[in-house]
Amino acid sequence: MASTIKREQNLDKLFSIITFSAAFLVLAIIVSIFISLFRESLTAIDAFGFFGFVSSTAWDPVRENFGAATTLYGTLITTLLALAMAVPVALGIAVFITELCPKVLKPIFGTAIELLAAIPSIIYGMWGLFTFAPLMGEYVEPLLQRVFEPIPIIGQLFTGVPLGIDILTTSIILSIMITPFISSIVHDTFALTPVQLKESAYGIGATRWEVIKDVVVPHAKTGIFGSIIIAMGRALGETMAVAFVLGNKHEIATSLFDASATITVTLANEFTEADTDLYLSSLFYLALILLGMNFLLLAIAKTFLARKAKS
Amino acid sequence: MNNMTEIDKRKIINVVALSFSCAAATLGLFWLTFILADVLRHGFTYITPELFLNEAAPPGMAGGGLKHAFIGQLLVTFFAILIGVPLGILGGTYLAEYGRHRRIGRFISTLSDIMISVPSIVIGTFVYAIFVKPIGHFSGFAGSLALAIIMIPVVLRTTEEMIFLVPWEIREAAFALGAPYYKVILQIVYRGAATGIFTGILLAIARIAGETAPLLFTSFNNMFLTTNMNEPMPSLTVTIYQYAMGPYDDWHEMAWAASFVVTLFILGLTIMGRLIIRWKYKN
Repeated sequence: MASTIKREQNLDKLFSIITFSAAFLVLAIIVSIFISLFRESLTAIDAFGFFGFVSSTAWDPVRENFGAATTLYGTLITTLLALAMAVPVALGIAVFITELCPKVLKPIFGTAIELLAAIPSIIYGMWGLFTFAPLMGEYVEPLLQRVFEPIPIIGQLFTGVPLGIDILTTSIILSIMITPFISSIVHDTFALTPVQLKESAYGIGATRWEVIKDVVVPHAKTGIFGSIIIAMGRALGETMAVAFVLGNKHEIATSLFDASATITVTLANEFTEADTDLYLSSLFYLALILLGMNFLLLAIAKTFLARKAKS
Repeated sequence: MNNMTEIDKRKIINVVALSFSCAAATLGLFWLTFILADVLRHGFTYITPELFLNEAAPPGMAGGGLKHAFIGQLLVTFFAILIGVPLGILGGTYLAEYGRHRRIGRFISTLSDIMISVPSIVIGTFVYAIFVKPIGHFSGFAGSLALAIIMIPVVLRTTEEMIFLVPWEIREAAFALGAPYYKVILQIVYRGAATGIFTGILLAIARIAGETAPLLFTSFNNMFLTTNMNEPMPSLTVTIYQYAMGPYDDWHEMAWAASFVVTLFILGLTIMGRLIIRWKYKN
């Protein structure tokens, strides 16, 4: 009897150690991703430093002079434009699901929007390259150009030859991809608004929109903020959809109709072609910078959402 | 009178704002139907039996298929599942059981959430650095490893959540009968959480089946049929990328057909997962 109990205790100890090791693996993988990317980047870090690398617009594999400024710029500009387009639409969708959608249609509509998030990025890329970019290049962009180019200052954004393979097309596709991320988190936080709060607002004569604007949205502030940051992280790291439609051009673009390059596209296109140590190391350096930005953003979002969950 | 116009104004703003919300919802549906209809239309046009039966023809020659890519995709995904699923389930078990109230458990749980959002291409570069570079060549195993790393935090978090849903009292009932903790987990908790964990695995497979970026520098690509996981492995997704960017029309057609198959598979898994969740956790 005593030996059976002893054996069971040992087996239990063993099982707890096995499960702990599996959980600990997550921590170990993250730490080793940082360490190995840092180690691979050392050659480039030695050659260019941090501020030198980040501020240099050079990307010249032949002379082996590399800088991150053009790709960082491309990454940030497409991400910010995508957010600017996705946030209002996603909030609108969240309001629609929580306040306007008939109850029977709610699960169907919710699933439909989530399917947008399930479509793999390579499919967005295919559709973007063969269907959407030609539409943009032939119809939408020339129209935008005709309307906006004569306007001073803003006109600069609409110069150049609209081919469809450019920052505008990329940002729109990115915005479609991140919309469901924002809308599903926001919808969840909207649903947490206490019914009594909403009813008391209706009771003093508020319209539906006023209840949303002054009761539901303030109550969901942190959720909205957190979801936007998560979507931003997603857009920063998106590779395949962008690789098809951005054109991979290492220049600081000043027009929405210019081709550009992001960190992810540069990695996808040039990683297997890097023929020198410094070239490959610079690419690893770009990956490290992307990982750093992404990790920081997500950590901020998690802290916000966790604080919300606690209160 | 002045009062009336104030109320009218508020009513008008209300209608305008709610119409914007409806328009946003319509826009979301519009993109979904636009993309899906496009993939279906092209897919149905270009899908042929040869696609599944033939291997790649030399560039520019007619009559090629993607058999090599289908088999490669299955192999890479299969080994990724083999590595990722057990580790994810075990890790999730720790977080929800032994580590439920420990600080390290909460920390790893948050860390997994962050890891889910790490760009998949970064994971590709990581596997290149620790696997491909030391052995000196691309390999199917490297691709599986990259996909497994993406999969682990997803399976881990769903397992954790699904196990949390099993009422604590059930465990106490088993403890009272003298069952040791590991037996309670293996024989009672897992049984209660099985459907949820299974759904989590389906969704995790759906997630990795469409991944392209992490395969670019790990399993790479191959124009020939191979079952040797230690060689560069073709995959549907990388082939779609290569064919779509290539100059030949029949490459584009095959890329569309492959996109159709990938999309159908992934949306099928996703919808199945959602249906199971709704059916199981209705209340």
